[in-house]
Amino acid sequence: MNPKSQRLIILFFFLTLLGLSTFLVLKSLEDNIVYFYSPTDINEKILSNEIDLSKRIRIGGLVKENSILKEGKKISFKIHDGIDEILVIYNGILPDLFREEQGVVALGKIENKNFSAIEILAKHDENYMPKEVSDMLKKNGKWKGKLN
Amino acid sequence: MINYLANPNRFLNFIKPIEFSIGVFSFLFIFIGLYLSLFNSPEDYQQGDTVRIMYIHVPFAWFASFLYFSISIASIFFIIWKHPFADIIARSIAPLGLIFSILTILTGSLWGKPMWGTWWVWDARLTSMLILCLFYFAYIGISNAFPRKIDGSKPAAILAIVGMVNLPIIKFSVDWWNTLHQPASIIRFDGPSINQEMLLPLVIMLLGFLFMSIFIILINIKTNLIYKKYQSEILKLG
Repeated sequence: MNPKSQRLIILFFFLTLLGLSTFLVLKSLEDNIVYFYSPTDINEKILSNEIDLSKRIRIGGLVKENSILKEGKKISFKIHDGIDEILVIYNGILPDLFREEQGVVALGKIENKNFSAIEILAKHDENYMPKEVSDMLKKNGKWKGKLN
Repeated sequence: MINYLANPNRFLNFIKPIEFSIGVFSFLFIFIGLYLSLFNSPEDYQQGDTVRIMYIHVPFAWFASFLYFSISIASIFFIIWKHPFADIIARSIAPLGLIFSILTILTGSLWGKPMWGTWWVWDARLTSMLILCLFYFAYIGISNAFPRKIDGSKPAAILAIVGMVNLPIIKFSVDWWNTLHQPASIIRFDGPSINQEMLLPLVIMLLGFLFMSIFIILINIKTNLIYKKYQSEILKLG
């Protein structure tokens, strides 16, 4: 076998093994790589005792419609993912994009089945369009709810 | 064709007449693209004017990844066929890619602060982009680490090939894991989720970046060829 094809074969095996090992590492670290859990994940994890309630975690989802309550500086709202929901209590500054049905990520701890947050970040989705287009879509009833 | 151009002298003769027009194209496309994206494109329904950062952030990010891909392909050619010109090409791409990856992170954090409410988070997309930036640093470091530059070519090429695994992670991180970064808007199964009026300036910017990258890389290739000649002349003189 000439050295060129030998190098080619070695490289091929090298890349296959590298890809495979990367895949396995990422797969086993999945729980650490996800930036946030959805309310469904959280409830599953609480049921199966997989979660350390004394540790800070992040949960993400959409702000539920008509669930935002403000009392002075304290604010509470529900985060839902279409299946499950969780009540979030927060005391601080909200990002500009915070509104009903907007994606948000909250950092905090679970306390008495509620989530007490110390930081709220807003997500924005992958749709880009001018305001006139989104207004028209909403008017015509073609506006896609972000989850359904 | 590739075999023919793999000779540095023939390559230089080949690019001489087209080089200038590539520069003109890059200037024109970026000029028009910037005008359209800054003054003549609509505000986003959610993000308002802040969306305009997208028109430079996306080209930086795409070309940071694409240039890394080109370096790894050139490195594979160098490792298997031992062609010195492939090494020159890979070395000539690296500084530009590094700058692009740094600017991706900077423009991204300028965008993140007003929209997400934070400059930086350790989510999968942002972290994998940072890793790409570090791979660029490592590649440039290793390829220049030896007194005789050519001694660094092989280890640097192997590093570049190893870093290739990061590229699909960058692209698909937003689909595989929950991230703060939003999923893809342009390359996706059901077509772009970006309005035509906003897609046009972006595409023009991407073309401008393509020409600009080629233009700058050609200059780097010429510089590196001259430097190599200079080094071999010095060796001859002893």
